[in-house]
Formats: sequence, C-alpha cells, structure tokens
Amino acid sequence: MSAPTGRSLHPGLNLGEEHGDDHLEAETSVFGFWVFMMSDLVTFGMFFAVFATTVPLACCPGPKELFDFGSIAWQTTFLLLSSVTSGMAVLTMKQEHGGRGACTKKLVFWLLLTVLLGCGFLYREVSDFLSMAAAGGPPTRSGYLSALWSLVGLHGLHVTAGIIWCLVIVAGVLVRGVDRRWKLALLRWAVFWHFLDVIWIFIFSFVFLGGLL
Amino acid sequence: MIDPPFTLAVAESFLQPMGPVAAEQLRHLKFVTLLTMIAVVPVLVATPLILWRYRRSKPTGKYRPNWESNRVLESLMWGVPILVVTLMGVSLWNMTFRLDPYKELGKDPLQIHVIGLDWKWIFIYPDEGVALVDELVVPEGRAVELTLTTDTVMQSLRISAIVGQIYAMPAMTTKLNFLAARQGEATGMNTQFTGNGFWKQKFQVFSVSREEYEARMKKVQANDLALTADTYALLAVQGTAEEAKKSLNIEDRKGPIEMVLGDSKIFQRVLARYMVEDMTPESQPGSPSYDPTKSPLPAAQEKPMMDMKM
Amino acid sequence: MFEALFGRLTWDSIILVQEFEDPNLNTFITAGAAAMIPLGGALVVALLFWMKWWKPLFEWLTSVDHKKIGTMYIIFAVIMLFRGVVEGILMRVNQAVALNGGFLSSDHFNQLFTTHGTNMIFFVAMPFLIGLINIVVPLQIGARDVAFPKLNQISLGLTAVGGFLIMISLLVGEFSTGGWTGYPSFTGRLINPGVGPDYYILSIGISGIGSTLTGVNFAVTIYKMRTAGMSFMRMPLFTWTALCTSILLIFAMPPLTACCLMLGLDRYLDFHFFTNDMGGNLMNFINLFWMFGHPEVYILILPAFGVMSEIAATFSGKRLYGYVGLVAATMCIAVLSFMVWLHHFFTMGQSTTVNAAFGIATLLIAIPTGVKIYDWLATLWGGRVRFTTPMLYLCGFFVLFAIGGLSGVILANPTLDYQLHNSLFLVAHFHNVIIPGTLFGVLAGIYYWFPKIYGFRLLDGYSRITAFFWAFGFILTFLPLYQVGMMGMTRRTVAYEDPALVPWMVVSGIGSLFLGLAFTFVLLTLWRSVVNRKKLMVPLGDPWDGRTLEWWTPAPTPEWNFAVLPKVDGRDAFTEAKAKGTAYRPIEKYEDIEMPANTYYGLIIAALGSGLGFGLVWYMWWLAVICFLGCIVTVITYAFLPERKKTIPAAEVREIDEAWRRAARESRGVTRDDECNEANQGLARPDIITNP
Repeated sequence: MSAPTGRSLHPGLNLGEEHGDDHLEAETSVFGFWVFMMSDLVTFGMFFAVFATTVPLACCPGPKELFDFGSIAWQTTFLLLSSVTSGMAVLTMKQEHGGRGACTKKLVFWLLLTVLLGCGFLYREVSDFLSMAAAGGPPTRSGYLSALWSLVGLHGLHVTAGIIWCLVIVAGVLVRGVDRRWKLALLRWAVFWHFLDVIWIFIFSFVFLGGLL
Repeated sequence: MIDPPFTLAVAESFLQPMGPVAAEQLRHLKFVTLLTMIAVVPVLVATPLILWRYRRSKPTGKYRPNWESNRVLESLMWGVPILVVTLMGVSLWNMTFRLDPYKELGKDPLQIHVIGLDWKWIFIYPDEGVALVDELVVPEGRAVELTLTTDTVMQSLRISAIVGQIYAMPAMTTKLNFLAARQGEATGMNTQFTGNGFWKQKFQVFSVSREEYEARMKKVQANDLALTADTYALLAVQGTAEEAKKSLNIEDRKGPIEMVLGDSKIFQRVLARYMVEDMTPESQPGSPSYDPTKSPLPAAQEKPMMDMKM
Repeated sequence: MFEALFGRLTWDSIILVQEFEDPNLNTFITAGAAAMIPLGGALVVALLFWMKWWKPLFEWLTSVDHKKIGTMYIIFAVIMLFRGVVEGILMRVNQAVALNGGFLSSDHFNQLFTTHGTNMIFFVAMPFLIGLINIVVPLQIGARDVAFPKLNQISLGLTAVGGFLIMISLLVGEFSTGGWTGYPSFTGRLINPGVGPDYYILSIGISGIGSTLTGVNFAVTIYKMRTAGMSFMRMPLFTWTALCTSILLIFAMPPLTACCLMLGLDRYLDFHFFTNDMGGNLMNFINLFWMFGHPEVYILILPAFGVMSEIAATFSGKRLYGYVGLVAATMCIAVLSFMVWLHHFFTMGQSTTVNAAFGIATLLIAIPTGVKIYDWLATLWGGRVRFTTPMLYLCGFFVLFAIGGLSGVILANPTLDYQLHNSLFLVAHFHNVIIPGTLFGVLAGIYYWFPKIYGFRLLDGYSRITAFFWAFGFILTFLPLYQVGMMGMTRRTVAYEDPALVPWMVVSGIGSLFLGLAFTFVLLTLWRSVVNRKKLMVPLGDPWDGRTLEWWTPAPTPEWNFAVLPKVDGRDAFTEAKAKGTAYRPIEKYEDIEMPANTYYGLIIAALGSGLGFGLVWYMWWLAVICFLGCIVTVITYAFLPERKKTIPAAEVREIDEAWRRAARESRGVTRDDECNEANQGLARPDIITNP
C-alpha cells in the first residue's frame, strides 16, 4: 500500500523530499488521521452545543463561584507552550532525521518537555475539578454542571491520551530509532496535539471567559 | 377532490374530521398527494413502457449505447421536481403558519391544563375548578387551548379527528389549540411510546352543546373527590384510570374519574418539582420504585419554568 | 464476593432459567431464541471440528484482505437479518390477532420492536452496505487494498462487538424497551434502572466507533488510492456513493457517539444531561440523535443508489445516462441530509418558522432523488434491457420507491406530520424506502458481484423467486400500514381496540410470512448455488459484460486484485478496452507484490471490546477495567511489533495472470443470450445488435 507517486503532496502533511519513501507514505497516513480529527471535532461540537443550551441553576454555584481564573490562565499557558515544544519536536525530526545517524536526544528532549507541560496542564485542571466539587459544584448537581464537567473533562481525557501517546513515541524512537513508523506516528500525534490546543482556545473563550462575563 | 384512498372500514381520525384543523389537514393531504403525482406518475408509467420498448428479446426502439445526455431532457428532469417542490414549499409554508398549534382559534379560548401520567391524562379546568381523568369535555364551536406537561416520560397528545399532536414534556409546557365544529365523540390518545400500558392510554373527547357543558361542569363541581397533592400522588402510580380508582377508593363509581380542583396550583406545582429537587426513584412517577407517600410536590413557582415556544 | 465478581448478574438473569420458573408462551419464545445461541454455537464448533475448518476459519478471521472482510460483514449481516426477520414476523403476526391483546406480552413486544429496529439499522443494513463497499470499491478504483487494512479489521471487530452485545442480551438479561431511538427519560436511570438501555447504549456506541473508522478508511482510500488516470469524474457511480457515504459516516457518527456517552454518564454516574430534573433536557438527546439519525438514512440509501446505477448501465448494455447529474445529485443529497434532522420531531412545539424551514429543506431532498430515478430510467432508454435478477430488483425499486417518495413528501409537511407522526404511516414509509431501496439494492448488488469474488454465479431461478417474494411480501406487509396509520393507529402498540383495523393488520401479518419465505429463499439460493458451483463457474471474470474495472480480473479475484495496476483513460474503461480488443493483451513486465500479512489485531480488539461492553452492562467492574486496559496495551504492543508483510513473487503473479489472459484470448465467450447459462465462462462476446 504505497501512495501513488508523481502528485504534489499537501503542505503540512509531509516530511520533505529528503525523507524518501517515508515522505510519500506520510500523505495517506497523516491525511487519514486529519480526517479522523475532523470527526472528533464534531464530537466536541456536540458537547459544546449541549453546554450552550444549559443554564446555571439557582440552586447550585455558577461560573463566578466555580472558576479560578488564575488557574485557567496557567493551564492555557502550559498548553500553548506545549504546542510550541511539540512543533519544535516535529521540526527537529523533519530537518535532522532525513538522513542517517542524527541525534535522537534533541527530539526526545522536546518531546519530554511537551509531556511535562501537558502534565502541568492536567495537574491544574484536576485540582480545579477537585475544588469545584468541594465548592458544591460536582457534575451530578445540575445539567449545567454535567455539561461543563464533561466538555472540559473530554478535553482533559484527550490530553491524557496525547501524553501517553507521546511517551510511547519516546520509547519507540529510543528502542527502534527514528524510522518510518515513528516518524509517521509523530506527525499524527502532532496533528492531535495542535488540535487539542485549538479546542482549548474555544473552551477558554466560550466556557470560561463567556461564563465569567 | 378525491375521497380518502380506502374507505373499507371507518375509524375515527382526520379522515372524518370533526373540526377545522383536521379538515384542513385532510384537504392539505389530498393537495400534496395530487401535486406529487406530477413527479411520481411519469415514473410509474414510463417504467413498464421503457422496459417493453427496449427489452432485449424483441426491441422496438433504436440501440444507442453511447447516448448519455440531452439538454432538454436534463432540464425537464431537474425542472419538473423543482417546480413541484417550489409550489409545495409555498403551500407548506402557508399551511404551517395557518395550522400553528400555538395559534388561538377564537377569542378567549377555553383554557385547559393537561398533565400526562403513566398511563392516563388529567384534564384540569382552572376556571371551572374541576379536573377529569381520561375524559375531555368541550363546548361545541368554542376555541380551546390545551397547555400540556407530563410528570413522567415524554408523551404526545393527539385527537386525530379534531387536531394533530403535540409533545408533552416534563418541566416545560407546550400548547395545542383546537376547536370542535360539531357535536360528537372522538378518541384522543398518547402516540409516544411510554411502556407497558402505552396502548391503553386513550381518552374520550366529547363535543357538547353549551348547556350540556355547563350542566356537566356543575355536576363535577358537586363532587366530593378533590384533586390535591395527595390524590395526585395516587393518580401518578403507573396504571390506567380504572386501576387508579381502586387506590382512590372509588371503585364503585362508573365513568371517568371526576374531581373538584382542591389545589388550584397543582399544575404549576408539578412543573416546579423538577427545578428545585433532585428526583429519587421513590419520588419520580413512572419509576418502578415510585412511592406515592414519598413524592411530595413543592410550592408553585412564579412562572412556568420553560415554555417550548421560542 | 459474588457481587464483586458478577455485579448485578444473578442466576435469574439467564433467560433459560426464567422459562423454568415461569413457563408461558412468551418465556417459551424468548427461551427458544436464547437457546439458539448456545445450540447454534455448539453446532458451529462441532462443524468446525468435523470438517477440520479451524485453520481456514482463523485464516479468515485474521485476514486483512478487503474482499474477505467485506464477506465477513455480509455473513454477519445475514445472521442478524435472520433475527430481524423473525422478530418482524412475530410482531406483525401478533398485531394481526391483537384486537384487545395478542399472544405476546407487552414487555416482550417492547423488546422486540427495539431490537428489531436497532438490529436492522446498525447490524443488518449498515454491515451489508459496508461489506459491499469493502468488496467493490478497491476493485473499482484499481487498488490492491484499502488505505488502512488493519484499521479495516478493527472496524469489523467493533461492529461484531455491537452484534455480540445485542445477541447476548437474548440469553442474559434483557434489551432496552425504548425503541431504536432510545429517547430518555424513558431510557434514563430512574425510569429504567435495568440492564436493557445499557445494552442498547453500548452496542450502538461501540459499533458506532467502528463505523466512524470505516468512514475515515474509505474516504482516504477513495481520495488517495485511485489508479493512474482514475480522476474523480471517471469514478464509477458506486464509488461516488461510497465516498459520500464515507463522508456522512465521518460527520454523522460523532453525534451518536456523543449522545450515547451522555446518556451513559446519566445512567452510570448520575449526571443530568437528559434527566427530567435539575436542568436536564431530553430535547438535547432528540436533537443529537437525529443529527446522526437523518444522515444515517442516507448512509443506508446512497450505496444502494450506487448499485442501481451500475445495474442500470450494465444490464441495458449502455452508458449510464446523466453521469454528471447523478454525481451532483448524490452530493446534493449528502449535504442536504445534514440540514433536515428536525423533521423527526416537528411536534415538539418549537416555533412555526423553524418547522416550516425544515419542512422546505426536506422537500428539497426530493429534487435530487427524483432526478436520480429519471436518470436511471433514461439509462434504460435506448438500451437492450436484459431481465436478469438485478434488473428485477431495479424495476421493483422504481415502482415501490416512488410510493415511498410520495409518503416521504407527505410527511415532510409539518401540518400533516402533526397527524401522522408516531403512526404506522411513518413505519410504512421508512420500511418503504429501506426495503425497496436499501435491501433491494444490497440483494441486487450481491447477485451482481457474487461471481466476481467467489468465482461462480448464483442460481438464476432461485434468485428470481427470491426477488419476487421480497417484493410481494413487502407490498402485502407494508402498504396496509399506510392506511391504518391514516386511520390513527400508532406505532409500538402491542394491542389495539378498534375492530376497523383488523382486516388491514391480518393482510399485513400474512405479508410478513412471505417476507420470511423470501429470507428462506436467500439461504436456499446460496445453498443450491454452492452445491452446483461447478456448473456456475465464471473463471474469466466478466459474466455480465461489465463496464468498470472490477470486471477486468479473473474470478475469483486473486488476493492482490490486479497483477499490474490498470491505467484508465475514460469512464467505462473496461468496455473501451474490450471494444478495442486490448482487454486481454499479454503483459510484458510483472513485479513482486507486497501485501499486508494476516494479523490477530482486530480479533483481540473484538474480544476485549465484548468483555468491556459486557462488564459495563452488568457492573462487573473488574472485567471492564481489565478489558479496557487490555485494549490500550494491545494498541501499544502493536505499535512496537514489526509490521509483517508478505511478498508475492512476480513469477507466481505472472503464472496466474498469463493463464487467465491466455484462456480469455482463446475462449469464444458467450453473447448475452447465454448470460445465465452454463456456457457463461465469464467472457463476453460482442453482442449482435439488430435495430428494428
């Protein structure tokens, strides 16, 4: 199953000519994953839509009591920075792993830094959830809180999956080297990670800023 | 206009309309059917003709293996459906507004509040101070406005011979306006599946003269049974109206359950219950563990929580 | 201890035990159905031992060959169809005698219509179509496989998990009673605390993920794997419809996944998405469900339209009329299908403007659909129509689908929907589009492509009788339902009180028996054809004088499909090659072909997914956790395992391909007169056409 040759490849879905056949393989593989992300986007859209139709009830605490804006700012910073570091990882691979014998340490460094930032994000998010529950706002209290928790939580689960995936890639490149399989995995993972950033921008402006305004 | 396609046996439905809404629906059904025939009949006629003309065994038409487009034919193929759909779209738009269930059909319609339960309907006449279970009595020729909710799962009320259906949903209200043009009897029912007793959830609708209506209301107002939070909780137990008579200790009474309105705010209190408390398996009517003694109604709120109409 | 191990599963949950404790007709029927699972299973295992079929079985189950995966989808669909048809007959026969109560208990009947609907939509219609797409699309675009063969196997595995859950609910516990739409709060935790709705959520939720992945796989396959010269506007119509279906799967399955997830959170963790109380809103479920549900209708019908297009052209020996129009119409339908979901609940009380707008949007779909039917009729015009089995299905489709379209237009009017919503008129309408549309399309497609994949034709006589019974049974069963629907009878009623309905319901009940007969004839056709396969062989691969690439290979098609990937320079590439006499020319150069090797990936995921679903349904948390972690470990492990490929040496490819080409050049072939005779070896001789 090799991609047909002789056609121009889409920018952003490729590795560059110096990667040889891997370059051609990337298109089908990354394009496929990109299509899957569009499907996932619809899933998020549904959770957003349900959230938009719910209103905080008088009985339970609302956005003002529940949201800790400082913590949310930290989460945003962590996630945006991690997007930069993940981009650095992909650039490292594209530029330095086209030939043979490139140093994987730099790649692993950027990946682990991304994981660290992702964990920082998760830590703050989980502690926010815990304090929300303590403040009388667990998801079982009202429709609004259910929608809020599951929308933010769904994103959090994605981030968790992204971190695990990243660690698998780190293990992969350390054990097997930066070969075609791990190059393609890294490209797909990068699409995933940037996608989570975009979703977070929406959650940040729509859920948190919108809720506080 | 043609008659309904089949008239072998007659059930009560909008095919024999009792009011202006159902009558217009029937008229619109015939119009839509006829209009669509413009697009459907050519297919029904052309299929056998083409098959016969171009049958391989003995064809009578010329073989044109590479014929694949024709501008005139193409524009007809797109044009005719577009024309039919445009015509129908205009009529669809007009009819939808004309028969809007929220539109009052006369000045000062008779207000009736409806609560759907498993598997019965309570009709509350707030102005007369009475309530009927599984029977709706309306004066002939007077506009009626039903305001519906349910205290269990979603239901849908339809009186086919008079008016179409509308959903009734917990914690919110919907409205259904109609008018019975002549005296008579019709069957109303829940069309939305609600469990084992679903098929029995029917009620009789009586369109009667103004005098008969007054007399009936007077009779009910003299009743000793009152609709209060307590009797309501008993009615909310799953079962038909006949079965509810047992728990209300009125097994010997014939006909529908008739009650005076002991608590004039009962409809509003049912609406309010889903906003102020977490329902439990014991307090939720329709749940298998529902217990009428553990299902108190809260006080009424200022206004209905959510009206579907936006 | 027992509870920790088995959750809420008790001895009484097993249906066969219930039969002993409370013997009556209803438990007898359910127990009979339940007994079929262990008995059927035992029979299959015995057969496997007896015939020593273990090895070929695993060869199939671990295969990533798109043709084998497609076949497994179809076998799965046939098994589920058996259950669906039996359930349908039970319901129809019950209603025939159900004046004031039939022989089925309400609870049993409620489960029947729920499983019948869920089963027929998710585990019959979809697998049938996805199976056909699997088999045909790579061949039609000149590819050796799909873009992601392993993912394809996983999709099949996840679909099988859904099938497993709905089947095991026959044996252990019960299925939902909330209809295939599963509206809360009826399916909520308070009203329905049992396992039924959990079975429902998990079976359609898990198989839905599989369908999403199928959509991704085929969209990418069609975008990226087309052979040289196969531009978009040269693709066969079936591939076009497969592409549209894939796009619909990608964007329409997530709402289903989302609403299953939310209902699951309500049920398992006491959330308030769709509850009555505390700001929950059941209308959100209804919206989400139909945002999936309406495109789903077109997921089911578009590929069938594709099959009809192929058949119309092939069996009238003529180019497809209005190719561009058909493509445009298909795309129009796909786009419009996302804009009409609200017509499934005109009666919810929303504003009139919204209703009118969605009503008109629904009418718009009638335009491209009408155009398609006219295009197929025009395809027959000027042709030489052969009345083969697929053509019979096509004719039935023309007439019956037109009626279904009429009732669809009626229902699109909110004014009329206020009367007909939730009535048997609606039931008649969607059976009227799904049976003459989807089912006829699938059956015609199976008859059409069967010889391509398995090397022999299906027996003609049996197939014709089958087609006749389907059409006759359909007419008898469902046309009366239009009438009783207008007379006010609602759907999902176990019994009724109006004697005027009886004659119609009796006719309908008798009709359903003919549908049962039709299903029996499907199996009979298959069995008799397998027995007589020697006489039905079409090794040269082109039994119907086909026009598109898939016919340009031997039958059965070798694993690698094309020895050398064909080059295409027109729409009906194979027809042109045959006309020029170049179709079976010898080929100079063969190369080694690399194909993905068999893998247990999909099988493992299916087993773990079944455990996960079963564990969640019965609150056997340990099982659910182990299976869930198992899935993650499996995925990571496979990420590290070296990718195994098998290489077919050029010499072997050459031998097989040259033999086929030589045989084709030496054979005289048959004209279309002998199409359905033993003489048909799969080579089409140019027809002698006489004009009147």
